[in-house]
Amino acid sequence: MAEHNQLLAELGLDVALHGQLSEATERSFQRTIGSQENRPKAMAYFDGVLHGAHGGRIAELVAARKAGRKVVGTFCVYVPEEVVMAVDAIPIALCGGSAFTVPFAEKTFPRDICPLVKSTLGMAFSKTCPYGPILDMMVGETTCDVKKKTWEILADPTFHVMEVPQKKEAIDVELWRKAVREFKDKVEEIVGRKVEPQRLAAATGVMNAKRRALQRLTELRKASPPPISGLDALAVMQGAFNDEPVRYTEHVNILNAELEQRVAARVSPFAKGAKRVMISGCPSVMGNWKVHYLVESSGAAIVADETCTGSRYFENLVDETACDLDGQLTALADRYLEVNCSCFTPNMERLDAVKKMATDFAVDGVVQYVLQYCHTYNVEAMRVEGALKEIGKPSLKIVTDYSEEDTGQLRTRIEAFIEQLA
Amino acid sequence: MTNPAQRAAGLDIGSRTTKVAVVEDGKLVFCRVVDTGTDPLGRARELLSSLALSPQPPVPVTATGYGRHLAREKLGFPVITEIKAHALGASRLFPECRTVIDIGGQDSKAIRVENGRQVNFEMNDRCAAGTGRFLEVMAMTLGYTLSEFGPEALKAAESATINSMCTVFSESEVVSLIAGGKSKQSIALGLHESIVNRLLALVGRVGVEPAVVLSGGVALNPCIRALLERRLGVRLLVPEHPQVVGALGAALSAGNGARP
Repeated sequence: MAEHNQLLAELGLDVALHGQLSEATERSFQRTIGSQENRPKAMAYFDGVLHGAHGGRIAELVAARKAGRKVVGTFCVYVPEEVVMAVDAIPIALCGGSAFTVPFAEKTFPRDICPLVKSTLGMAFSKTCPYGPILDMMVGETTCDVKKKTWEILADPTFHVMEVPQKKEAIDVELWRKAVREFKDKVEEIVGRKVEPQRLAAATGVMNAKRRALQRLTELRKASPPPISGLDALAVMQGAFNDEPVRYTEHVNILNAELEQRVAARVSPFAKGAKRVMISGCPSVMGNWKVHYLVESSGAAIVADETCTGSRYFENLVDETACDLDGQLTALADRYLEVNCSCFTPNMERLDAVKKMATDFAVDGVVQYVLQYCHTYNVEAMRVEGALKEIGKPSLKIVTDYSEEDTGQLRTRIEAFIEQLA
Repeated sequence: MTNPAQRAAGLDIGSRTTKVAVVEDGKLVFCRVVDTGTDPLGRARELLSSLALSPQPPVPVTATGYGRHLAREKLGFPVITEIKAHALGASRLFPECRTVIDIGGQDSKAIRVENGRQVNFEMNDRCAAGTGRFLEVMAMTLGYTLSEFGPEALKAAESATINSMCTVFSESEVVSLIAGGKSKQSIALGLHESIVNRLLALVGRVGVEPAVVLSGGVALNPCIRALLERRLGVRLLVPEHPQVVGALGAALSAGNGARP
């Protein structure tokens, strides 16, 4: 990454501190993803995506901006990337997964806030986020109280907040469809280009192709033994929020082809009889491999992720039948509103989705992953546990942040849970 | 398998003490407890060699406790978690056991057991409040030895309320109570009540099903035993050697004494 130091310096970053962040991330990568055996060969590309997120990809984006394209930062799977892509702008998710930058947020920001927001803010505050200086627009949303208030701190004329409703009744559908149109207007205004139906159709096609590739990858994990580790599948997912989408989809398809061969040949990174575990709850964004690593290094196989860095990102395609802009925007809005975040109430759809996934993937147990201070997932975990009990699936709730201080106790709890599944 | 005497050993490397237990035909025949200190592996090696545990054929050893992965890495022993180990050990000592409350040096666990196997458990997440270490620090603050702490608390006529669960905050609270003229015994009782309150929350999450076994070093404290029995409304079964229940479970696992 040092090869890009010149570029990072030009962007106004604290290059020395950024070097420390890179080293911390690399150590964490080597200890987790890098320590695995029998990985699919096609993972080399996705390792490259993770390594290039603060290097090669930045150079690409800087070049794209020089050629007149805009870059739009997002923080949530509810933001329709299609709209951004339809005006030839580039969407990039900015959520932070590194423990390294958390203390920089805690200097001024309350400590008792979720690590994802603290890591993201800390990266901005400490001048180690290379995306900040190259953003033309940022898009927040109202999925949690902390984010809403954080947007107020970051607010500037290019910061747009989408209102995500809290229920899914007719009135909420109405609100959300309007929010998507308002978002489109704002994108058009900042980027200086109109969303044309043809271009929106093309962007939707690109995103649907990406979703189909990830859906196929997910299907392949149903195999027994699974052809890919949960950590590797997570690494692929983390890349989805950063990489150029067409190239990315191509490589997911290359990986899928390899995984099909591995399924046929019964090649797996796991020991025979490894228990099948599903992760449900909060996202594990780039840099955060903590719980996946703890579960898999305790001998279990993660075969499904019901999270924002899992199914919530790619489930359900956008209906491509409408050919007028209004119809397209409605179809777009409706696909995104089907995502089941715990910020909705009563959220029965999520309970059904969790039960279905646990059954379809024949999991032995579910680890409910809650980022510390994420109240909605934390509380909803009780109902998820109850729903899983109905179908005879045991679950373990883990509430944790990005730090390593609780890994001893977490390991004991996770190992004991896996023993219990035996 | 080729172990005619059916001897097996369990090594429980805990945060405060290291325990070894030897079983013969599934019966506990030897146990020992030493301080873990700062060289857990060294202490484990000493313990094992003092037992002359490697005649022909070698005696199988299974490790558990906080240092289990160190034992797996450096000594090549298979490992089980202390949760499984306590479930196995307690069920062997008391076949009627349905709930195990284990209070160790740096964590507490409540384990629901059916047919000798854990079916559910709760454990404190990250801080050592409500554990043996808390009692140790508080005894020291009050100038008691660990063995006189419980008996002295039981002599108290009244109890001083301790509001904080945190070891560090509790310590300052104790200092204020001393300065406020509260008797040492009443503060001691208040501290025991505080730890029991914390435990009850943990136990409540898995549900108490009699018979209830109390294991871990803190089971040696008569005040904790009495308060827990009163608050839970059940009689606690306390093994003769509560500290080695985990090591016993590991030994049973090593000797395949555990039910499959």
